[in-house]
Amino acid sequence: MWSFFHKLGSPRWFYQISGKFLPWLAIIAAVALVTGAVWGLLYAPQDFRQGNSFRIIYIHVPASAVAMAGYMVMASAGAISLIWRMKVAEMVLKCAAPIGAALTFLALVTGSIWGRPTWGTWWVWDARVTSVLVLFFLYMSIIALYEAFENKQAATKACAVLSLVGVVNIPIIYYSVNWWFSLHQPATLKIVGETTMPSSMLRPLLIMIFGFYVFYALALLLHVRSEILYRERTTQWVRDLLMSRKART
Amino acid sequence: MHPIRRQRLIIVLLVVAGAASAVGLTAYAMRSNINLFHPPADFAAGEVHVGQKIRAGGMVVKGSVQRDPNSLKVAFVITDYKANVTVEYTGILPDLFAEGQGVVAAGSVDEKGVFQATEVLAKHDEKYMPPEIKDTLGKPVSTAAN
Repeated sequence: MWSFFHKLGSPRWFYQISGKFLPWLAIIAAVALVTGAVWGLLYAPQDFRQGNSFRIIYIHVPASAVAMAGYMVMASAGAISLIWRMKVAEMVLKCAAPIGAALTFLALVTGSIWGRPTWGTWWVWDARVTSVLVLFFLYMSIIALYEAFENKQAATKACAVLSLVGVVNIPIIYYSVNWWFSLHQPATLKIVGETTMPSSMLRPLLIMIFGFYVFYALALLLHVRSEILYRERTTQWVRDLLMSRKART
Repeated sequence: MHPIRRQRLIIVLLVVAGAASAVGLTAYAMRSNINLFHPPADFAAGEVHVGQKIRAGGMVVKGSVQRDPNSLKVAFVITDYKANVTVEYTGILPDLFAEGQGVVAAGSVDEKGVFQATEVLAKHDEKYMPPEIKDTLGKPVSTAAN
């Protein structure tokens, strides 16, 4: 286990291994997202109260779930980069922020579009909506903080500390609907307890959530790989790689 | 584990624990402001003053909705099963507004103890169901929902 962990710290090894996963991740993500979207948007039954407008759940819930999970990926990378000074973890920390920000933005926009016909408002300052907005600001501030430093070592350190402080927000988002009175309804999919959704609606939702996770992994790997090539651009292995690519074309 | 790494690990854990307790204490102190609305029990307990701009939230009592046939004026009673508050509102209600469903109303209490709402939002629950499954559940549920 430890040798795997140490190998993971080598950008060159990470680049080679992740290249083998890319096509598989792309195929699985495409199949899951297309299947889930078509099933959820066209074939899943309507909700008895909300009608067709509930179908935005098939984008809203996966985007929100992966936006939160992505924050934990970023913060874990931040902790590893602080403790073990692992190069790949530093790159994951930097590369996870824009992907997470985009997913959080998608969650906020779809939630707003959903809120208009059901709640009767585009926006409400309740605990859930506000804490997700804070998550978006955390992602944006990590991007801004990284770019603000000339010295990228110092930038990584500052971003890692900020990402760790922001971890506090994740349980707040998750439990906000239970701890306080909010307009947002409690969770349908629970870690413990029964799901309050019949399987005809649930199956496409689970496929979409899975698809979003695989897509996240794919986007993160692609982003980290280009960051590896950029940071290691003066090393011999990157030069050899680029020369061999050139020779093939 | 290397002593320096262990030291860094302890610092990381302290940062997370420190941030968690700071945010936790702040949220605990501000809990009444974080709550989006007051339940009717707060009104009964006298925690809400006349004219104070607040939100009230609860379930619409079945059979309590009275619509004025000549205007958009509507009156209904909301409950948290501990106390009731009468709400008056003039305007278009959200599509999901229904008896037995949750609502959040923004406004203030007048001298008569009636909540004069300027905005009414519908709160839906986390249960999703296709219409045909709901129909096959039989009469008790459909009469309860209507």
